[in-house]
Amino acid sequence: MSAAYALTDSWTMTRRELAHWARQPVRVVVGLVFPVMLLVMFGYLVGGGRGVRGEYVDYLVPGMLALTMAFGLEATMIAVTRDLDKGVIDRFRSMPMANGAVLVGRSAADMLQSALSLAVMIAVGHAIGWRTHGGVAGLLAAVGLLLLFRFAMLWIGIHLAMVAGKPEMVQAVQILVWPVGFLSNAFATPDSMPGWLGTAVAWNPLSHTATAVRDLAGAPGGEPGHVWAAAVWPLALLTVFFPLAVRRFARLSR
Amino acid sequence: MTDAIVTEGLRKRYGDKDALDGLDLRVARGSVHAVLGPNGAGKTTLVRVLSTLLRPDGGRAEVAGRDVAREAYEVRLRIGLLGQHAALDEELDGRQNLEMFGRLYHLGARPARVRADELLERFGLAGTGRKPVRAYSGGMRRRLDLAASLIRDPEVLFLDEPTTGLDPRGRAEVWAAVRSLAGAGTTVLLTTQYLEEADQLADRICLVDGGRVVADGTADELKARTGGDRIDVVLRDAGQLGAAVALLPLDAATVSVDTDRRLLSAPVTDRMAALSGVVRALEAAGLEAEDVVLRRPTLDEVFLHLTDDGRRVKEAA
Repeated sequence: MSAAYALTDSWTMTRRELAHWARQPVRVVVGLVFPVMLLVMFGYLVGGGRGVRGEYVDYLVPGMLALTMAFGLEATMIAVTRDLDKGVIDRFRSMPMANGAVLVGRSAADMLQSALSLAVMIAVGHAIGWRTHGGVAGLLAAVGLLLLFRFAMLWIGIHLAMVAGKPEMVQAVQILVWPVGFLSNAFATPDSMPGWLGTAVAWNPLSHTATAVRDLAGAPGGEPGHVWAAAVWPLALLTVFFPLAVRRFARLSR
Repeated sequence: MTDAIVTEGLRKRYGDKDALDGLDLRVARGSVHAVLGPNGAGKTTLVRVLSTLLRPDGGRAEVAGRDVAREAYEVRLRIGLLGQHAALDEELDGRQNLEMFGRLYHLGARPARVRADELLERFGLAGTGRKPVRAYSGGMRRRLDLAASLIRDPEVLFLDEPTTGLDPRGRAEVWAAVRSLAGAGTTVLLTTQYLEEADQLADRICLVDGGRVVADGTADELKARTGGDRIDVVLRDAGQLGAAVALLPLDAATVSVDTDRRLLSAPVTDRMAALSGVVRALEAAGLEAEDVVLRRPTLDEVFLHLTDDGRRVKEAA
């Protein structure tokens, strides 16, 4: 099997996901609108969040961007579980195609969706008053860190889908994603929380990414040095979950 | 003639259960071979091992001359698989499915499109347009699934319970497709729980129970193994069945009785003697019969006979 097949097969699998988008435009739009809704809701309802210096919107938008990336875990998990539950994965595995293409296609489509989602969120963020002070380079670096974080979530999602196996298990993870997402500094700074909670929040990888994005955008709550943590955390998660997920996939033949 | 499928001592374990317990099988090239067995006999596991979805724990299996464990890619180039559940993308339409699979078989973009249209036409799905597979009937789904497994004209086609859950019409469609494939020289291995299906489609049948082959042969050979012909007597009055068993010149230990059908059935050795003996005894006793028939055993009877024997042998060991 040549490397060229790995590429064309991955492209075919990515096209498959894009065809799903074309089939379900409403689902795509809802996927894009939902985080925007949260952003607007928190921006206007919660307003000047706890313990934040300066404009709350400047604090909130980077947090919401990171949170959206974290919620991507759920979307990935649902998609992978659905595939595994149907027989179609058996057909792929019984065909002379590149083995990893199924996962590569999934990753490519999910990353594309997330990039799109980020673009929409950033635009809406600007519309409701978010101002970045780090220039285009800062914004691009921030987007890079966010997508890196999403990539880590993606492989955790693939792994969890393969461990859990059944669509019913997705619900359990869906419920868990929320507290883990909210136990971060997306909406409020850890100093405003009770000690133990603040510690948990400060450790959450999501918090590091959010802080780094704030830093790169010159927003309040940004602390220099977090860019490093926002790069290392996802990479560490990837080091663990990428091989686990790939091994799980190979073990479908056990 | 070489064999398209060969397994020797094939083993697959799940926990402490042997799904395949040293299974030996030979399927001649170009033949239709039915694997018949109850639920849990190991039929699906066998198909999954042969189609490279599962790695065997022991023994050896070759498909189209390639080892399923060591040369999985080579095997995949030469097989088609119709699993128990539709292996299709439910959100896409039939054409999109076939085109995608065609690309994944590396036909190239244009040939994949041409092949997709060809197969849709051949399986009577050309008019389905943009309708997603999700909205297909069971029979349509099965046909598309079968079409997908034929994209590359496989040397060996695996069908795992291809008609389970289909209505009679869907079943007839699948049977017709299998016959035409077999006519064109494709080797077909199909699993089924339906004896009629095996009888109708297969050149050879192997009975599988507890992960091993308990019998292998043509339908006629297998039928001969239960001890030849049988006589069936249908009485007008089910209440007389007990009396009939006692009166008729048959070995009472071998007679089986079906009250609902007012039927008693027994193996016979001398056909004509048994027939005239039974008719005379019925007349003498004044028992009214609706029907008396001499016949070959059904595969059902063979199956029960052999799998029961298999179990008894195992328990004795």
